[in-house]
Amino acid sequence: MLTPDELTALWLSAKVGFWATLVSMPLAVACGALLARYSFRGKLVVEALVQLPMVLPPVVPGYLLLMLLGTQGPLGAWLQRVTGITLAFDWKGAVLASATMAFPLAVQPIRLAFELIDARLERAAATLGASPWQVFASVTLPLAAPGIVVGAILCFSRSLGEFGATMAFVGNIPGQTRTLPLAIYSYAHLPGGEAASLRLALLSIGLAFAALLASHVVTARLRRRWALPTRRDA
Amino acid sequence: MLDVDLHFSRGDFQLQVQHRFDAGVTGICGPSGSGKSSLLALIAGLLVPQQGRITFDGRCWVDTARGRFVPPHQRRIGLVFQDGQLFPHLNVHANLHYALRWLPAAQRRVAPDAVIDLLELRPLLQRRPDQLSGGERQRVALGRALLMSPQLLLLDEPLSALDARLKAQILPFLQRVRDQMHLPMLYVSHAPQEIAALTAQVLAIADGRLATAIAADA
Repeated sequence: MLTPDELTALWLSAKVGFWATLVSMPLAVACGALLARYSFRGKLVVEALVQLPMVLPPVVPGYLLLMLLGTQGPLGAWLQRVTGITLAFDWKGAVLASATMAFPLAVQPIRLAFELIDARLERAAATLGASPWQVFASVTLPLAAPGIVVGAILCFSRSLGEFGATMAFVGNIPGQTRTLPLAIYSYAHLPGGEAASLRLALLSIGLAFAALLASHVVTARLRRRWALPTRRDA
Repeated sequence: MLDVDLHFSRGDFQLQVQHRFDAGVTGICGPSGSGKSSLLALIAGLLVPQQGRITFDGRCWVDTARGRFVPPHQRRIGLVFQDGQLFPHLNVHANLHYALRWLPAAQRRVAPDAVIDLLELRPLLQRRPDQLSGGERQRVALGRALLMSPQLLLLDEPLSALDARLKAQILPFLQRVRDQMHLPMLYVSHAPQEIAALTAQVLAIADGRLATAIAADA
């Protein structure tokens, strides 16, 4: 059904999406918790910065990544010298580009989940002998889990759709950085590539739809299981 | 036993308390907004007084003059809230045993099975909090506080979310805890007859001030 080249693009997309999600999530959870729970000087600036990739043309973050982390960039040159890792025009760079673009989308539901947690439950946990970190791990994090799962799914789906930043930062190299959207773009510009680009386009729609469906199923199921918000029937 | 001498204010609200609580059950009675819950939260370490000292059994929990503040998780105080505050993601068994995750073996003085039987919780162990009635929820909350082997038990309006029939069902359990656990207890309520069912040692609180003992007649 799919040609080897198309399969390669599909597999690469999955790989990039998986790693982008894995890289983004710890930071997205920390950022969501921070924004939901603490007020501090310059919070509005941090919020705007977090959301910035969502409203910029994706090419701009990609271009900035290239300036900073390209082989000539200050951070990129240093990284290569110290660790031997090159990000530009490499699949690892595609991961970073996807993670950057997907990050704001992941933070949103996670932050909301933290905001909805009843802080009195955390105080109850503290009186029961749990230190602040233990409270976070045993009460806060599990109660925020539905939001975190949704954030991860959105992050993964957004990574599958990443185009502009990837193109600018790591280019369109078959087998290395040519993910599904870039493959669709390439086939669409190739004489006789219409059938291939249509197949991949349909595949993208199916994947995105499945991911959104999964996020709704997960939310509904967790909500039912944990009965959130708590009903009161005396 | 428990010595409290503190000043706490938040907005317009002022709380000024100087009292030595003795062993046994002390009832604190007052209308809502009088500072009852704040007083318990201050003793539990959930609120920080602007000024003052709290010592318990020779240990200093709060001393603002010396900058000392023992956080709530190190005080080992059982606190039962008005609406139970059971963890919705854990079943009754896990709620009851929650504190044992963090409690060193050397500090365990209460046998979980004894409390579960005392409060007749065995049939509820596998249920989730949203599958409990209001009365069952308060029994579980009481059990959860007892399983942590508290040095002091604070009860913040534990029955006020319940109707009269359920109150009458829970009170005997509280009396059992009083008679069998040998714990100092502070029982806060706006209902004098609840307190009278548990103790004759009653303090009145109004406008953030604790008044001398009044006779419990209701």
